[in-house]
Amino acid sequence: MIKKSPRRLAIDGDAVVKEALRRIEQPSRRLFLQRTLTLGGLSLLTGCAIVDEDSVEQALMRVSRFNDKVQGWLFDPKQLAPTYPETMITRPFPFNAYYGQDEIRQVDADSYRLEVTGLVADRHAWTLAELGALPQTGQVTRHICVEGWSAIGKWGGVSFASFLSRVGADTSAKYVGFKCADDYYTSIDMPTALHPQTLLTLSYDGRPLPPRYGFPMKLRMPTKLGYKNPKHVQAIFVTNTYPGGYWEDQGYNWFGGS
Amino acid sequence: MNDDTRPIHPAWLRATHWLNALAAVILAMSGWRIYNASPFFDFRFADGITLGGWLGGAIQWHFAAMWLLAANGLVYLLCNAGSGRLARKFFPLSPRAIVADLRAALRGRLSHADLRQYNAVQRAAYLFVMVDAVLLVLSGLVLWKSVQFPLLRELLGGYEIARRVHFFAMATLAAFVVVHLAMVALVPRTLLAMIRGR
Repeated sequence: MIKKSPRRLAIDGDAVVKEALRRIEQPSRRLFLQRTLTLGGLSLLTGCAIVDEDSVEQALMRVSRFNDKVQGWLFDPKQLAPTYPETMITRPFPFNAYYGQDEIRQVDADSYRLEVTGLVADRHAWTLAELGALPQTGQVTRHICVEGWSAIGKWGGVSFASFLSRVGADTSAKYVGFKCADDYYTSIDMPTALHPQTLLTLSYDGRPLPPRYGFPMKLRMPTKLGYKNPKHVQAIFVTNTYPGGYWEDQGYNWFGGS
Repeated sequence: MNDDTRPIHPAWLRATHWLNALAAVILAMSGWRIYNASPFFDFRFADGITLGGWLGGAIQWHFAAMWLLAANGLVYLLCNAGSGRLARKFFPLSPRAIVADLRAALRGRLSHADLRQYNAVQRAAYLFVMVDAVLLVLSGLVLWKSVQFPLLRELLGGYEIARRVHFFAMATLAAFVVVHLAMVALVPRTLLAMIRGR
């Protein structure tokens, strides 16, 4: 018996596979399998093409758009993010981007110009010296990453609301978009752009913004997740056409507020 | 009791129970994927038991199922409290009764003749899991909107503490589900009652 069993198993195995293949080939069986798998194995939605992945993704995207609306509605333009004493600053403050530390972009300070376009009255391009000559302010706030971690940092620069008013931006427009020297791009809602803690950031911890944190300029918003805070910003545009974003176009929530 | 033709569990209870189970499974599996993006303990969840494929996908599932959990949970609590079922089925409840029923259960002497009647251990466990689910929703709100809900954020000890609270509330819910399923396996009639009502 013991000696025979492996042979019998092998023969049985062949027969079973044959029978299974024959059955799976029947359309009704296949449909049944699909349905049971759809109901039974939620995890299969991610890995397998058994269910219509596109329609699931589209449905999830629609919920994400709905969540944008809810967040816009929840957003209180006067509600400030908590601020912290300098002793609580996270050192070293983590580097994070869609690329590694070895690919950090080096932007030349002298040739740098900040383009401002779209629905604005004054479309002149700003030098770093001009930005530095504007009234400066600062904050020690918590940066929350979409991955879950958070860190406290100290940023300085120009109030973005005052900058927008200085360039005569149409603040009834829906979006402000950003294009960056590292090919990153993102966009935010106008109420967040006008929030008192939204900062056109030129310094980190009292020194010019180092390259790893986005030299020469990043937009800092303690009311939004990290990926909404663009670094190495080269161009700002005010628009009513949805500009999307690097991560947002891949499925991250667009509003990304906290 | 045998001539009682009313369902053991009313239809609204069965519907909310299964919708809640669906939401909890989606939220847990997608939540594990989100945890994996930045683990605060020395372990990760195996990718095979997570949902979403990547962080962005997991967040989409999580932030879709949260609406199901919250809306369904609200309907459950309103129906439960409004119909008087909550007061009728879950109370009175005393520590002594819980200990007595727990002892009886461990000796295999707890009666399950009448599924309409929750024993003291069931009452305590189901009430506990209701509170745990509320804690999951509140701590989740802090993680989602820590700036917009300052009072809630401070009550839960700030963003970073809320992350741990959310995690442990999940772990507690998962532990409840394990015990819950084991109990159902021991008394399979309860599964039929939760499906058919009888």
